[in-house]
Amino acid sequence: MPNYAYILLIPLQPLATFIVLGLFGRKYFKTFSGTIGTVSLLISTIVSFVAAIQYFFVDGKVNGIYQKIIAFKYTWLEFSPNVSIDMGIIVDPISVMMLVVVTFVSLMVHVFSLGYMKGEDRFATYYAFLSLFTFSMLGLILSSNIFQVYIFWELVGVSSFLLIGYYFEKPSAVAASKKAFIVTRFADLGFLIGILLLGFYGGTLDIGILIERLTAVQSPEYTAMAAAGFLGVSALTWALTLVFIGGAGKSAMFPLHIWLPDAMEGPTPVSALIHAATMVVAGVYLVARLFPVFNMDAAALQVVTYTGAFSALLAAVIACTQTDIKRVLAYSTMSQIGYMMFALGVSKYGGEDGLGYMASMFHLFTHAFFKSLLFLGAGAVIHMVHSNDMKDMGGLRKLMPVTHIAFLIACLAIAGIPPFAGFFSKEEILLAAFHSNKLIYGVALFTAALTAFYMFRLYFSIFWSKESTVQSHGEGPLSMKLPLVILAACAVGVGFIPFSSLVTSDGEALETHMDITFSIAPVGLTLIATLLASYLYKKENDKPAKLAASFDGFYQAAHKKFYVDEVYLFITKKIVFPLVGQPIAWVDKYIVDGFMNLLASITAKISALIKGLQSGKVQNYALYFFSGIAALAVLFIYLWK
Amino acid sequence: MSDVPLSHILFVSTALFFIGMYGLFTRRNLITMLMSIELMLNSVNINFVAFNKYLFPQNLEGIFFTIFIITIAAAEAAIAIAIIINLYRSHQSIDVEDATELKF
Repeated sequence: MPNYAYILLIPLQPLATFIVLGLFGRKYFKTFSGTIGTVSLLISTIVSFVAAIQYFFVDGKVNGIYQKIIAFKYTWLEFSPNVSIDMGIIVDPISVMMLVVVTFVSLMVHVFSLGYMKGEDRFATYYAFLSLFTFSMLGLILSSNIFQVYIFWELVGVSSFLLIGYYFEKPSAVAASKKAFIVTRFADLGFLIGILLLGFYGGTLDIGILIERLTAVQSPEYTAMAAAGFLGVSALTWALTLVFIGGAGKSAMFPLHIWLPDAMEGPTPVSALIHAATMVVAGVYLVARLFPVFNMDAAALQVVTYTGAFSALLAAVIACTQTDIKRVLAYSTMSQIGYMMFALGVSKYGGEDGLGYMASMFHLFTHAFFKSLLFLGAGAVIHMVHSNDMKDMGGLRKLMPVTHIAFLIACLAIAGIPPFAGFFSKEEILLAAFHSNKLIYGVALFTAALTAFYMFRLYFSIFWSKESTVQSHGEGPLSMKLPLVILAACAVGVGFIPFSSLVTSDGEALETHMDITFSIAPVGLTLIATLLASYLYKKENDKPAKLAASFDGFYQAAHKKFYVDEVYLFITKKIVFPLVGQPIAWVDKYIVDGFMNLLASITAKISALIKGLQSGKVQNYALYFFSGIAALAVLFIYLWK
Repeated sequence: MSDVPLSHILFVSTALFFIGMYGLFTRRNLITMLMSIELMLNSVNINFVAFNKYLFPQNLEGIFFTIFIITIAAAEAAIAIAIIINLYRSHQSIDVEDATELKF
């Protein structure tokens, strides 16, 4: 059994950084807290690359199958011999792949922030929070116990909350952080119930054992779970759907996506790390982690598929109408995660049918690079222009050549133009969808074209469109350019990684073959959409406005994000607050509090009666003492017979 | 020597005890109160020695105990006087009526 215990070092490193910077950062290392955080994470990154090389190329494979290895296990809480909450480390293809992604993107963001956040008053706090996030995300990835996943899941949520609200003097940032926290908490309730259901029927919280039991059709656990039902749906479907709701909340799937665009109030590097590359794919990762169980239940997979596909389409349509560049990217993130979700949904476990699973993980992998690149590029642009709005930009290509090229590469990658990274992964997803569900394939194809359209709308609006009016103050320090260059190289190169032989649903290498004829439709549509975008947005003109006017009602609806926020507000303010909130508040105020106040006032009255005994005079106390002794003496000598 | 009956000695110790108690309750000066407490302790010592002598002459426990009590009384006096000095420093007085802050 190969030894992977050193992987423990990877999450503990950022934890130590968090503690050191959180406690002493503001006082002692005000200026070099960034360097401390970055160097510490660099070590983590190197260790995770070592682990990945060891796992994928040295000893992870036994008989051609990548093994699931429990590298470390510590029982934290034991309820019964079978049910316990463990802190463990699981090493399998997806966790190792995620290790590399998270540490690498996080490192890039750390480096970028050195320049971007320079001179901030709470610089050390920022790095402390980044480290906390990195620690929680790594813990989430490596979890071997589903309850451990939940613990880190919440930690990730907290660090996301802290970072969105980093500029807490801005009311909009405060509102956004609260919104993100409440919406994801609400989804996590579903996740928790799902975990409890799985734990109750499966008799364990350990993911490995759970999968083993619930994938064997004859096992008593599976039989019980498939037989038990509620509202005509089996307990298994309920449990998996609830777990998926938790994942949908974190991954911003419709209708729980409303927090993601607002989360862009946080510093831009944070958006790159948390709300583009790592945390928001936690939902996808969760479904992938439990995929063998999902595979047993077609209904739950259908939910995953249709939610994913609908979110992908909806977000792409909204993205076409937004003018805040970070919001465009946020919706594009949501759309790409939708891709990953439905790719999982159309997949099956094992062999050739596991194509969707592999494609989803592949897209997660490539997306992390080009999306964080897009966000960091947007960060560099915002750093230059001091605005998030497209209208204030334009013609920046001459002022920021490095950013321009990097952004262009990222756009080509996300649009799926060969040979950039996004092309390969998106191709696999489309292929998987094509083989299982033609409707989903259609949606995916249309969304791919939309993706190219809004990405190039963004690109042309920022870098072309009109002559720049911005006062240039240099493109930014090396710490900001270097991550862009490295990530751009990744966005070109990672598509060539033979992913299908490394990360698959069952650990066996999967034969994939690029079919040129299959690629014609998506690439053709993408090119047409790109040309359309360049026709509309390359030079400033009134064609986009006319086009918007011709789609008047629909454009307005999309611009207003299809009124989902308004529906939420209506439900909470008009229905939940008056009908549920206020009666509960009344009960709390008059009955619960009233009872407590009664107890308190009785206690206060009694103490007022007897407090005269506490005179503060020593001789009084001595008198009580002697009277007591005398009384006891009388009692024992004369009365106690 | 053995002409003195035990009851006489007990009478002396009881008188001493109540003299100490009277002093503890009536005096306001902390030093005098401390002295009164010492009187009460000594009355107890007399009891111990007397009972030991009259009832168990072959044993020595009563006398040992007396020695312990004397030792502890010395320690207690040291601490009490330290407290009194501190009280004087903060209140400029060692009158027990002046130190009544510790109440409801």
